[in-house]
Amino acid sequence: MSFSAVNILGTMPEIYLTFFGCILLILETMIPKEKRSWLAYFTIIALVFAMVASIGLNGKGLPLYSGLYIVDPFSNFFKIIIYIAAIITILFSLPYLDQEDIHLGEYYAFILFSVVGMMVMVSAGDLITLFLGIELMSLCFYVLVGLKRDDNRSVEASFKYFLLGSFTAAIFLFGISFLYGAAGTETISGLAGFISNPGTLKPMVMVGMILTLVGFTFKVSAVPFHMWTPDVYEGAPTVVTGFMATAGKIAAFAVFLRVFWVAFSGNRHDWDILIILVSILSMAVGNIVAIMQTNLKRMLAYSSIGHAGYALMALLLPNRESLFALLFYVFTYMFMTVGAFGVILMMRKKGVEGEEIEDFVGLSKRHPIAALVMLIFMFSLAGIPPFGGFLAKFYIFFAVVHAGYTWLAVVGIIFAAIGAYYYLKVVMAMYMKEPNGSVVFHSSLMGRIALALTAGTTVILGVYPAPFVAYIKSSLALFIP
Amino acid sequence: MVPLSWYVALSSFLFLIGLVGVLIRRNIVIVLLCIEIMLNAVNINFVAFSKYQHVIDAQIFVFFVITVAAAEVAIGLGIIIAIFRLRETINIDEFNILKL
Amino acid sequence: MLPYLLIPLLPFAGFLLVGIFWPYFRGKGHWITVPLVTLSWVFSVRAFMMTLNGPPVHFVLYDWIHSGHFDVSISLMVDHLTATMLVMVSTVSALTHLYTVGYMKDDSGYDRFFAYISLFTFSMDMLLLSDNLLELFIFWEAVGFCSYILIAHWYERKPSWVAANEAFIMNRVGDFGFLLGIFLTYSVFGTLDYQSIFRLIPSHLNDTVQAFSAFHVTTPYSVITVIALLLFVGAVGKSAQLPLHTWLPNAIEGPTPISALIHAATMVTAGIFMIARLSPIYNASPAALHVVAWTGAVTAIVAATIALTQRDIKKIVAYSTMSQLGYMVMACGIGAYGAGIFHLLTHGFFKALLFLGAGSVIHSLSGEQDVFRMGGLSKYMKITFVTMLLGALALSGIPPFAGFYSKDLILSMAFHDGAFGHILWMIGIVTAALTAFYTFRLVFMVFSGKERFSHDGHHGHAPHESPLVMTIPLLVLSLGAIFGGVVGEHYDIVSFLSQNMTVPHFAVRAELSDSTLKLISVVAGGIGIALAYLFYGRPSNIPELLARGFRPFFKLSQNKWYFEEIYDHVFTRPTIFISFLMWKELDKGVIDMAVNGVASLCQNSGATLKRLQTGQLQNYALVMALGLFGMVSLFLFMK
Repeated sequence: MSFSAVNILGTMPEIYLTFFGCILLILETMIPKEKRSWLAYFTIIALVFAMVASIGLNGKGLPLYSGLYIVDPFSNFFKIIIYIAAIITILFSLPYLDQEDIHLGEYYAFILFSVVGMMVMVSAGDLITLFLGIELMSLCFYVLVGLKRDDNRSVEASFKYFLLGSFTAAIFLFGISFLYGAAGTETISGLAGFISNPGTLKPMVMVGMILTLVGFTFKVSAVPFHMWTPDVYEGAPTVVTGFMATAGKIAAFAVFLRVFWVAFSGNRHDWDILIILVSILSMAVGNIVAIMQTNLKRMLAYSSIGHAGYALMALLLPNRESLFALLFYVFTYMFMTVGAFGVILMMRKKGVEGEEIEDFVGLSKRHPIAALVMLIFMFSLAGIPPFGGFLAKFYIFFAVVHAGYTWLAVVGIIFAAIGAYYYLKVVMAMYMKEPNGSVVFHSSLMGRIALALTAGTTVILGVYPAPFVAYIKSSLALFIP
Repeated sequence: MVPLSWYVALSSFLFLIGLVGVLIRRNIVIVLLCIEIMLNAVNINFVAFSKYQHVIDAQIFVFFVITVAAAEVAIGLGIIIAIFRLRETINIDEFNILKL
Repeated sequence: MLPYLLIPLLPFAGFLLVGIFWPYFRGKGHWITVPLVTLSWVFSVRAFMMTLNGPPVHFVLYDWIHSGHFDVSISLMVDHLTATMLVMVSTVSALTHLYTVGYMKDDSGYDRFFAYISLFTFSMDMLLLSDNLLELFIFWEAVGFCSYILIAHWYERKPSWVAANEAFIMNRVGDFGFLLGIFLTYSVFGTLDYQSIFRLIPSHLNDTVQAFSAFHVTTPYSVITVIALLLFVGAVGKSAQLPLHTWLPNAIEGPTPISALIHAATMVTAGIFMIARLSPIYNASPAALHVVAWTGAVTAIVAATIALTQRDIKKIVAYSTMSQLGYMVMACGIGAYGAGIFHLLTHGFFKALLFLGAGSVIHSLSGEQDVFRMGGLSKYMKITFVTMLLGALALSGIPPFAGFYSKDLILSMAFHDGAFGHILWMIGIVTAALTAFYTFRLVFMVFSGKERFSHDGHHGHAPHESPLVMTIPLLVLSLGAIFGGVVGEHYDIVSFLSQNMTVPHFAVRAELSDSTLKLISVVAGGIGIALAYLFYGRPSNIPELLARGFRPFFKLSQNKWYFEEIYDHVFTRPTIFISFLMWKELDKGVIDMAVNGVASLCQNSGATLKRLQTGQLQNYALVMALGLFGMVSLFLFMK
């Protein structure tokens, strides 16, 4: 094993962002309070830097650090989604942090460090690397969720997330220890070789696999490991919720997919039943409980549980079509979800956010453009053509049918139909009722840019998906060292 | 030499003790400690398997786990202090504003 | 590629700008949409010029859905048929946009209206440009949706939304057949692309399908015939043919510009366009063609008889539209697609003219629509009078106006079409006479004779000519009504169009110089006009005498052949009655459990599941632990 420059070059984006994160921590002490927004611009520049570096690495399949770290088109695709999500989040957070009086310099550093954590996750070629990535991301999230230190709900959300998260981390690690005990290695490719022929150690592998499955389903908030989601999404500052619900979840899907398709491809028929169960339960609980919610952030939390259910269906059959469907799904999901949270955080009423569905009543009369943007996100989340969400669901269901699970697709479509109800409830509140209350839509230039970006992409993904499809098709290669 | 299965049994017991502790203890500091017990069960497993498999990887992993656990405790105690300042209690049952 | 793409995209840009920012326009929406639609017209004329000498243009914009074997591309196809239709559609659309500036002045939904008609223009352009059945269907639905929201523009008025709902539901019936046709096409041919379907037709000529196997009827039917008929059901709904026609006359409840644009010139002709576009499928099935021809003929004459006795000026024009659509469908049914499209084009001009003229009359009388309360208007509104007279002459088939050439072509083609052709021709001639009669009844009632309107009821001033923005479209359209036919005949538009349409092997090329036939139809038109003059052009009591003498026939016509009553009794009332029974008898039992049950099941289970979310952290951990043990035990149980 020798030192090689290629290892450094391949991990350049991660190194950049860690470096910039540390610089931010220093800058924060030197910049006066009124000029905090400079930190935001600095963070965006850092993310753009990293994005350029990642794009430069596109099309290469490199096992770095003797296979511990993998840079392939697949991981690059996820990294780019994560950068975009982070940039949009920072655009949204500029006025929001000031309004909530939580404009701390550390915020940006934590965002950057969590991005690094996600990047390590999606590139992990080894379970140790994977664990470190997950923990780096989670530790940052615990802090970010509790950013409103004087708000009871925020701190409680942070506490719950922290305890359940560490609890799951322990379960996940216990699973890894069994896998290691059986196979004698923690690299994903090494595990793949062993698991296709485990011999008498099969029960040990199965227990390890189920325990790791718990860790992944917790991170993608699938039933029955979803219980933290509604509470944390509701309590966290809305910018953080948007970021967690998109980037965090998408990164978790990436590792979920890599571990299960590469390491556990050998015993696919042992775990497909578990995935089917988790997926159906998630769609059921997510869509049905969401109907009863009055708080929009909580409703979107349940909706994200439901969406995890749809996306999980794509894991069933490892082939190009499913991979494409999942990648298209997470891509679309990121734009519409982060955008929907963006609209919520711009609704202000007397110093707090208007996050109840009640607060959206009659929005079309008072602020038609905001209502239209929210309508786009709601229709897209409900899967109504011609928005991106429709095509995303269409590809998933088509892939599931081709994988031979037609009945599962039917179940999914039924739950999607139930799900349309609560999204349309928001639209009805906005368009069919007379305004009341004192909620105002308070947008800044940066926020408007972010909304235009997310809403525009959601529409374009539905009517003119060709360039995105071409890009996703070029990222389908899952490199295995 | 002690057979491998003894180590696994020990670590499984430790893990279960930790898990049950998380489920039933009311004091949040104790709950945090129970999670640490679970992590230590993992560490025993790793070391035992490492010796059994004659591969050193897992012992390195143990160091990572210990480090991460330390970071977790640091952040966890910070959060516990924050929530204690607001509620003036460390009884886990009373943290239930967010529900339904 | 870009010039072709701009034809639909410019109106769409207008829709986006005005539709999104309409609260900020405050009555200035036309400054965006009118120039954009006019520009779109320029590009469609250019496209037409290109097809005059060049080959058809076809390009795939992009793949919308690309998944395994299921491929849907969004593509544009500009051949002779499409280019010609595009010119007509964008001309009428641009003129209607202009006319709307005057007609809808001071309407509270002014900008919204512009956004919607621009959206309609975009959808109609895309419908014409589509190159596969799914794309056609998407925009087929889109134009239907635009028609719905435009009919319901004045949604505070009950007749408006009732008519809008009727139009929507009637079209759903048609679209159901259409969609079944598309499914069958896909399962038979494995593709939805026009050219691929046409290429595959010969290999499926002898395929059969048991259409009624669900009813244990095992008669095999030719699959091509079934496809052609199912698709035709869609055309019946969209083009208001019997028996799915009642929505069209009621759709006049919408503002007049959309009656002219959507319910006369463009959307209702989509059915005829579809048949012409899919002519190879229809050619392969003589049986389907017979159905098409007879549906058209019956619609033509029934609509004409109804129009005789109507009192609402827009209803008369609407029934005449339906009757003319019958002619076009009949033309397609005898394989004379070119003649049908030719009539579609000339009709587009003069019928839009008549509707806009009627709108001008209504505008000047502040909303009066009853022809019995008009009269003597020619001296108040000269331009409207002259242009409507030209339109009426064109509709009546008097040479040298537009309608004469196209209608005569259809009639002489019908005459030469085998044994049944003579009957079709006779129906056509009778319809032509009736058409001339009711058209001139309208003209005489509105523009000549006594002034039967009340002078004081309308803002206290006399009727007045409409503003320039409304009369200019009338003048431009009357040019089309005068010269459309001559030009088309001179440049042989029929054979130009037929380059993209195959003609069935049994069709004969009509003798265009068949002067006897021409004379007969002109005489029929002349008789109609003369009778109209006798009855309505001068003071007379003949109409009352006739109405009394032929009371049953008069009633039949006045009540529109009782179609609405029959539908009311056969479909609507029984449905309401059954629903009433269900509501009374079954609501508490079955329905409640089945329909509300699903909803309340979701709500109840939602409420129950919600209660699991106790907020207690350790309950969450417990659920996770149980989930974990559940998974492990499931695995142990399975193995």
